[in-house]
Amino acid sequence: MAEGTRKCRAVIVDDEELARRVLRELLRAHNEVEVVAECPNGFEAVKVVAELKPDLLFLDVQMPKLDGFEVLELIAEGPAVIFVTAYDQYALRAFEAHAVDYLLKPFGADRLKVALERTKERLGGKLPPPAELAAAARPPAQYLERIVVKDGSRVHIIPVAKLDYAEAQDDYVALAVEGKKHLKQQTLSNLEKGLDPERFLRIHRSYIVNLDRLGKVEPYGKDTHVVVLTTGAQLPVSRSGYARLREILES
Amino acid sequence: MHPVLLNFRRLSLYLLGWAFLAVLVADQLATSGDLGWAVGAALAVPLCLGYAFVCLSSWYVCRLTPLRLRTVQSVLTVHLVASVVASFLWILIARAMVVALAGLKLFGGSREHLARATGLLFGLGVVFYLLTVAMHYVLLASEASRQAEEREAQARILAREAELRALKAQVNPHFLFNSLHSISALTSVDPSQAREMCIQLGDFLRRTLGLGEKSMVPLREELALVESYLRVEQARFGPRLKFEESFDPGALDAAVPPLLLQPLVENAIVHGISNLPEGGWIRLVARHERDELALVVENKMDIETPSPRRNGVGLKNVRQRLEACFGGRARISAGRDGDCFRVSLTLPLERKAGEP
Repeated sequence: MAEGTRKCRAVIVDDEELARRVLRELLRAHNEVEVVAECPNGFEAVKVVAELKPDLLFLDVQMPKLDGFEVLELIAEGPAVIFVTAYDQYALRAFEAHAVDYLLKPFGADRLKVALERTKERLGGKLPPPAELAAAARPPAQYLERIVVKDGSRVHIIPVAKLDYAEAQDDYVALAVEGKKHLKQQTLSNLEKGLDPERFLRIHRSYIVNLDRLGKVEPYGKDTHVVVLTTGAQLPVSRSGYARLREILES
Repeated sequence: MHPVLLNFRRLSLYLLGWAFLAVLVADQLATSGDLGWAVGAALAVPLCLGYAFVCLSSWYVCRLTPLRLRTVQSVLTVHLVASVVASFLWILIARAMVVALAGLKLFGGSREHLARATGLLFGLGVVFYLLTVAMHYVLLASEASRQAEEREAQARILAREAELRALKAQVNPHFLFNSLHSISALTSVDPSQAREMCIQLGDFLRRTLGLGEKSMVPLREELALVESYLRVEQARFGPRLKFEESFDPGALDAAVPPLLLQPLVENAIVHGISNLPEGGWIRLVARHERDELALVVENKMDIETPSPRRNGVGLKNVRQRLEACFGGRARISAGRDGDCFRVSLTLPLERKAGEP
């Protein structure tokens, strides 16, 4: 750090020790890059990125608890990201489509050099919206099993079965879970895309409801309705939402 | 649809049989009817030819009266009634023929002669009809056994296809690439372990390659395959992966379909251990209980992970292959119990493994 030019500060995130070691070793040949931390899982990665504010993140896709895409969702703006994966045809397609750099295991010094050069060119450029990237990387007909939310420095993992409903609030969605509300920076439409349409329904411009929580549907005013959830919460239903709801209830 | 009419060879044989019967009838008419040979034959040949086709109708009666589903009495009653009707018809045709031919000099007086032979002719008609009934039952039985054979062959093809699919899915590219990456890491820090891992990986791949031709392997071979797989994964996961096994020595010779346990152990790694930052265990148990082999694969899993994938490909594959190999005699169950995911298999204990 004593040199005149500022070094690129990098963090390596991978659950396999040997995989982290290979990257660290290969990066030794690049003086301009300094590895400031290594994380064995996604939780650490989110914490370390918030604390150290690195310039570059090597992010493994398959990790326990939080996968690479979920980490990306939680760190929002910040470091340039190079994804690392062994084999995942959907993820690769998503990377190509969004011009995100990636390394395929096993990789060597040459490929790493190319990725670093590309990243340097793009440094300061914007990353694609993480939710979009994650949605593109998901195999077809596979829906979210869980939603990750950051609350200060804590990360909550919410299994979708526990979600009662989601409500749009400006740039955020409020996720109602077990009587509490978690705020997440995401659009409601984006969340809707990830949810299984057989389990969740958009009943209103601002509401998605978990169909398992449906108590009853009652008329409200002239031609609007409300749903009463088994938890007692009441949500407005728009006219088109009511049509969709009837379609599901009658089938 | 008729098995005799549709097949030229069968029809020729059938009519040849009737030719002999026609000789018999001609002889009877000539002697008992006192008609003389020429007239007897002139009547018997067309009569028998016509009756041959009348009797073919018993095929439909036989098909509607399957031997296995009816009592002996009802089968006998049906065919006796039908034979009496057919024979009666035959007599009427014979009478009509004689009446029609009465004008010809040769057939003069044959009407009276025939009347004397009616009883005999009727009896023959019944017997002939019953003979064709017997023939039709033989044809039905051979048709049924041919269909059963076809079904069995079809089932064998399906089983082989399932096996091929399973084998292709075996060497998961993820596993292969990750292992190569680990080896690449080890080459500089621990060359001797890198070599060891290459050997383990080679060992595992070789074991999977030979399995395609075998329908059954001894359990000890399958376990050796699983162990070589786990040794490779051990290098990747290090202390995060703990492995325990417990076997009845007597169970090791039992015959099992190849690659029965490996997909389950792979599932335990992919859905269990790799989701646990602090790692976990995999336990393998093989017991033999009288005439059954009980196998259990269990692993620690993350409690917070939403219920395991509904459509686990590995599990579905194992289920299908057990079905193909043992039919209803094998059982499989899978489920979670707290932080433990367990798959239990029970198969009939067979010991003919060893040969391909």
